[in-house]
Amino acid sequence: MKIAVCVKEVPDAAVHKRIDPETKRLDRSGEGALNHFDTQAVEEALRLKESQGGGEVVLVSLGPASALDSLRKALAMGADRAVLVSDDAAAGSDLVATSRALGAALQREEADIVFFGQQGSDSDGAVLWAAVAERLRVPVISQVAELEVGEGKLKGKRQTEFGYDVIEAPLPAVVAVSDAINEPRYPSLKGIMGAKKKSQETVSLADLGVDQGSVGEEGSRTTVLALADPPARGDSQKIEDDGSAAEQIVEFLAGKKLL
Amino acid sequence: MIAVFVEHHEGQLQKGSLGVLPKAATLGEEVAAVLLGPGTKELAKEPGRFGAQKVFVAEAPELEAPLPQPRVDALAQLVGERDVGTVLFGASVLASDVAAGLAARLDAGLNWDLVEIEAVEGKLVGKRPALEDSVFVDVGWTSEPRLALFRPGAFDPLETGGEAQVEELTPSFEEFSTAATMVEQAHEESSGPSIEDADVIVAGGRGLGGPENFSLVEGLAKALGGAVAATRAVVDAGWYPYATQVGQTGKTVAPKLYIACGISGAIQHKVGMQGSGTVVAINKDPNAPIFEFCDLGVVGDLHEIVPKLTELVQQRRAA
Amino acid sequence: MKPADYRPPFSAREFVAEPTDPPDERIEVGILIVGAGPAGLACAIRLGQLVQESPQLAERLGDVPVAVLEKGKQPGSHIVSGAVVNPRGLRRLFRGQKRIAEMPFYGEVEAESVYFLRAKTALRIPTPPTMKNHGNYVASLSQLVRWLGEQADEAGATILPETSAERLLVQDGRVLGVRTGDKGRGRNGQPLPNFEPGSDILARVTILCEGTQGHLTGIALDTFGLEGESPQVWALGVKEVWKVERPLRRVVHTMGWPLRAGAKYREFGGSFIYPMGQDMLTLGMVVGLDYRDAELSVHDLLQELKTNPLVRRMLEGGERVGWGAKTIPEGGYVALPRRLHAPGLLLCGDGAGMVNVPALKGIHYAVESGRLAAEAAVDALRPGRTPWAPGALGTYDEAVRKSFIWSDLKAVRNMRQAFGRGFYRGGMLASAMTASRGAFPPGNMRTERDAEQPILRTGRSKRYPRPDGKLTFDKLSSVYLSGNRTRDDAPNHLRVQTRVPEELAALWDRMCPAQVYEASDGRVEVTPSNCVQCGAITAKGGRLTPPEGGAGPEYTLT
Repeated sequence: MKIAVCVKEVPDAAVHKRIDPETKRLDRSGEGALNHFDTQAVEEALRLKESQGGGEVVLVSLGPASALDSLRKALAMGADRAVLVSDDAAAGSDLVATSRALGAALQREEADIVFFGQQGSDSDGAVLWAAVAERLRVPVISQVAELEVGEGKLKGKRQTEFGYDVIEAPLPAVVAVSDAINEPRYPSLKGIMGAKKKSQETVSLADLGVDQGSVGEEGSRTTVLALADPPARGDSQKIEDDGSAAEQIVEFLAGKKLL
Repeated sequence: MIAVFVEHHEGQLQKGSLGVLPKAATLGEEVAAVLLGPGTKELAKEPGRFGAQKVFVAEAPELEAPLPQPRVDALAQLVGERDVGTVLFGASVLASDVAAGLAARLDAGLNWDLVEIEAVEGKLVGKRPALEDSVFVDVGWTSEPRLALFRPGAFDPLETGGEAQVEELTPSFEEFSTAATMVEQAHEESSGPSIEDADVIVAGGRGLGGPENFSLVEGLAKALGGAVAATRAVVDAGWYPYATQVGQTGKTVAPKLYIACGISGAIQHKVGMQGSGTVVAINKDPNAPIFEFCDLGVVGDLHEIVPKLTELVQQRRAA
Repeated sequence: MKPADYRPPFSAREFVAEPTDPPDERIEVGILIVGAGPAGLACAIRLGQLVQESPQLAERLGDVPVAVLEKGKQPGSHIVSGAVVNPRGLRRLFRGQKRIAEMPFYGEVEAESVYFLRAKTALRIPTPPTMKNHGNYVASLSQLVRWLGEQADEAGATILPETSAERLLVQDGRVLGVRTGDKGRGRNGQPLPNFEPGSDILARVTILCEGTQGHLTGIALDTFGLEGESPQVWALGVKEVWKVERPLRRVVHTMGWPLRAGAKYREFGGSFIYPMGQDMLTLGMVVGLDYRDAELSVHDLLQELKTNPLVRRMLEGGERVGWGAKTIPEGGYVALPRRLHAPGLLLCGDGAGMVNVPALKGIHYAVESGRLAAEAAVDALRPGRTPWAPGALGTYDEAVRKSFIWSDLKAVRNMRQAFGRGFYRGGMLASAMTASRGAFPPGNMRTERDAEQPILRTGRSKRYPRPDGKLTFDKLSSVYLSGNRTRDDAPNHLRVQTRVPEELAALWDRMCPAQVYEASDGRVEVTPSNCVQCGAITAKGGRLTPPEGGAGPEYTLT
């Protein structure tokens, strides 16, 4: 069975995420790390491979060349191979452009299942899976908290606002896992040391037959216009309880139409 | 024309997407609500009250289950056949998948997590928070159709009155769109909203004094129809489960109302809830840092205030 | 009452073991380095050079010739220093292959001043000769180490981050390697679903470069009886990095306020303020942990320092962007281990106490000791020799004794101890020492263990400024800024007695810059996930052991 996992490197600065005032995009110049939710997707892929008694787990990512460092961590967990789509022309890609580039890389892999994590911690990757499934023209199930894979099909338990749905789909399919699905394994030392030796392929857009103009800023259909401070909280009030605090709170909430 | 994807569940229109209608009506174009799935012909009379001039419905069997891909087919067809320049969605598990699939289908720009949208000099500009709600970004589109996903609960469904013209659609579906099937639908599991989805959260911290006092927090949460959350300190001490922990090493929440009881407001907690709409803090220490970032700060004994507050809320709701 | 009266539940024997993994699961490397700091990475880089020069050596070292274990998220994550670096060690290490201009320094020291402070005033005093920094460079050591990590990687070293070295593997009196720490244990030590046990890593030579309060270094000193003639003592340094409007154009040191001069307080230390390029600076407070007042908090002394007009002016309109805390070994020459090697083992850098306190320098000694350790290890691996034969690694000790590390440390050997007599007497003694290059006074003044200092109470905490969130900050905000996201349900890695008298609980409460300890009701509450692994607790009656690999701060600018 061939399993692909779409992963992304995101800025790791525990505290210092900032938006670059020039480009108005997230400043990615600091340290990068694998998006935590993606490690859950990798974990699910590894468990699937193990339960199937074999197969291949290939990581697919779009990013700068330095993203290979983060991909190595997923290889250390046990993934077999990594494919990084790296091309200057792809910088600044929005959802549509990103899904195009990733779609092309995934088409090349012809995987039975493509996994995604729940969301990007840099909130740039949310809902990418549905766009990619559209490119690949395969079924997609998201928010999967439990997965069963059988002969040529899968069954996923999807978490929604109303409870759990159980959805079945034939393979190949795209699955986005929810953060409730698993606790990712720590890579073993042997895994970390062996990661360097695993195949890490870097491909350009041309290698994938993707036109440069169809990705990156040029190929994006959305744009960032300006940065601003969040709307001020407004005047904050502070009162001391003289016995009527509860009533005052109720009045305050009613005034804000919260009651 | 602006199309708004309106969701429904068990015969009721969903607040999250309904709220988008009156907002769409302020943008200066004709607004059409799109209702897809079983029973939508019945529901078609509703969106008019919220600002829609037209309502498109489709009850095809392929739309029976709340799955995203057949809806992409239906919306893509609508956009292709009518003069739809903008499609708006209130975010939900379903709507997010539909919006993203539609974006890829139509090669259209999708901006998500928006909390505001306005027409500025003939263009649409969306606003979204970023970086744990510490900064706001203005976003736009470079082509049509423009797609947007709004944060759940960003807008209230205001009734503006009115009636809409209803039209039935006959979408055709791609093979791959209908490959997934619903085996079992929506098993209710919850006992109250989870903290990530809740509109109201009542949180307890060390100031409660002991795990038994979480009953005060629970009482208030129940009265307000909200969820209960806890700080790292009390979860560490075993007073409440980790699943309810809000903060840097717990969950990030942004409810409409956050009531913090006995919480000092250390930054590790703040980053988990600073995006909340309104913050009310009750703490007996007047110097607690939480008073720096709440909308209403109450210096007093929560053991007295919270039960009273709960009672008043219950009375008000009963009335 | 003193902290030493309440010994922590800890014994070195717990951390010494024989290999237990089945032979096919053990990891074998050529040379194992513990700690990716300046010493460890310099060692790795030198080894890379030597392996390049000699294919036979490469063959002898096997598939993984050099492995470096790092308990932080990556090299630099647990590094805190001032720092003004003497480039001497780095020049010798890179032998012209890399120029100083290629290294991430913030420029050469242009000018310097030393001030004697009072609460509202700053009196400029002549720079003591030991502190002159001409020819030195300002750096963020965390950034410099990250760069060194890249060089080591290019030189062929295998760096293993998020990996703690928990036990020393010893068999028949020789060091075989280390056992790494487990991952995925819960609050009570129970294995969680993603439990991953540690591994035995075996090597021909193990080189400990763990820095201050090095865990296995302490174990080794105990196991092989290597402690020096005088006990080690430490200072706690707490620093911040600020974005500022006006560049600072000189390196500044201060003495005096907010520390108290009286001998009974034993408050030795001062502050540093260093420019970091055009728009940043770093400032920190360093105080000897032999202080006695239970209410002394170095974190809050730093907050107080910022209210002095001289300092406040430098920070005007600025923003705090970084914070860190770490201990510094201050025993100097007399506290150095009596031997820096054991069968199969070498000790380098701050872990071995190679710090010149009056000059506030240790980085170039770390780099030089790492370099010399590499050469000694390779020497002991020549055909026909074994690194665990007694004295086989003795060439390292010889080399270190012949180096500038030894001569520098010997010249200033009594200076720190002199200040145990109070600021003014200490100052006079220090001048005499400097003028005589250590010849006067003759002999070696002993150090006293920090934990042996009696505890007093003076109400000092009343003067700490209330945090305003703009100039002054509280400890939890500082911990947040360190990037610490340690999981809450990890086992407690801090060994302390929890039923202790109120003064000791209060001492720890104030001492810890990360608010790990809280005095409450006749006991002390411990919040281990706040811990930034500075090591202060080990000096004052407890014991820091390494938590799960990857836990702790993620320093980038310190």
